[in-house]
Amino acid sequence: MGAAIEVNNLNAWYGSNHILHNIGISIPANQATALIGPSGCGKSTFVRCLNRMHETNPIARVSGSVRLGGIDLYSDMEPVAVRRRIGMVFQRPNPFPTMSIFENVASGLRLSGGLRRRQMEEICERSLRRAALWDEVKDIWKKRSGASLSGGQQQRLCIARALAIDPEVLLMDEPASALDPISTSKIEDLIFELKADYTIVIVTHNMQQAARVAEMTGFFLNGYLVEFDATTKIFTNPADKRTEDYITGRFG
Amino acid sequence: MTRIRFHQNLDELKEKLLVMAGMAEQAIQRAIEAYRTADVSLCDLVAQSEPAINRMEREIDQRALDLLAMEQPMAIDLRFILAVIKINADLERVGDQAVNISERVRDLQAGAPVELPVDIPRLADMAAKMVRNALQAFIDGDPAAAERVLTMDDEVDEMNRSVYRTLTRCLEDRPEAAQQALNVLLIARNLERVGDHATNIAEDVIFWVRGADVRHHVAAQN
Repeated sequence: MGAAIEVNNLNAWYGSNHILHNIGISIPANQATALIGPSGCGKSTFVRCLNRMHETNPIARVSGSVRLGGIDLYSDMEPVAVRRRIGMVFQRPNPFPTMSIFENVASGLRLSGGLRRRQMEEICERSLRRAALWDEVKDIWKKRSGASLSGGQQQRLCIARALAIDPEVLLMDEPASALDPISTSKIEDLIFELKADYTIVIVTHNMQQAARVAEMTGFFLNGYLVEFDATTKIFTNPADKRTEDYITGRFG
Repeated sequence: MTRIRFHQNLDELKEKLLVMAGMAEQAIQRAIEAYRTADVSLCDLVAQSEPAINRMEREIDQRALDLLAMEQPMAIDLRFILAVIKINADLERVGDQAVNISERVRDLQAGAPVELPVDIPRLADMAAKMVRNALQAFIDGDPAAAERVLTMDDEVDEMNRSVYRTLTRCLEDRPEAAQQALNVLLIARNLERVGDHATNIAEDVIFWVRGADVRHHVAAQN
């Protein structure tokens, strides 16, 4: 099952650049939450703070609290443990090119160790099924490289890889922006399916995509969370003029 | 400022609707004037204007549909296009009411003249004023002005009820005037409908600008 995320007074810096300002947000469990905003508004930095990836950059710094199911990710958990519970999928599909499809999905499991090959295969098959890729790769998954797949398949492979370690939250940073419309709709259908088991946070520049997949939407601008509300409210009658100006294309 | 072409298209859609509004308003004014002056030639003008109003209704709907499909508008732009589609339908119905009134005026003129103790011009002025004010609220994007139109509807409804009471008594007491009383009764009902369409237009202006649904006193119930 997915878990809710509570963010309070979150600030993030790169060196002296203050990127995120006092972000407070309650991301509901087992729903898709979309984050929108112009380039450089801080939305990608924000999701990278959710799984402690922001701090992997030596000049980056974070303050405030991020709680997953009540546990503080920064004070009560190691970064590796955080990333086991909060998986991430990036804009460009990034399968390991020298590994087979199976090995790609199994790579996260190998890091944890202690699993027999048979168990690993079962988990990988289940993850590929959940990522709606199994039917397309079931005859080739142990022979063919992950890089031999199409872009849309590679992205679903990356989703399967993230799901294999059984996270509670799946962060998706522009997961469909490099994909054609058919692959995009497969990813969107998948998000709909995955909500039953995971909490989804998706960063997107495509506002129609946000409107299609997410129950809740947050609008970021200049490092501030301007508005966070039900997606239907944001796209039909936002409370803040800046949100309205952005989604109607009056600036940006 | 981005999406310049889209916002120009919205401006053009608004202009088209204002042309449609002008045509519908002229039709209802002419129908009222025909009643007031017993000038049947004005009834011909109303009948002639109807096909143009219908054409314009289809053209505006098509433009709005194209913008919805091609531009996927959001928030105030989405509400604006929905409001335009609904106001467009109301204006077409105002045009239909004008035709109905002018047909009744023809019947009235064809029959023997009778004096009836009802003030149709006052009801007509009020209904026409509602249409004008609702359209002005649309032009200005002014929800406060639209709210004032809503309050006028009660007055029009009351005038119509008063006409109804008076004329039903006439039907009983003066059988020789029944035909003419019936025509005037129908004109009053048509004018009351015009007031209803103006009310709808005003509600759509409020929805467009504020995002609030005030139809059927929803706001009061919540």
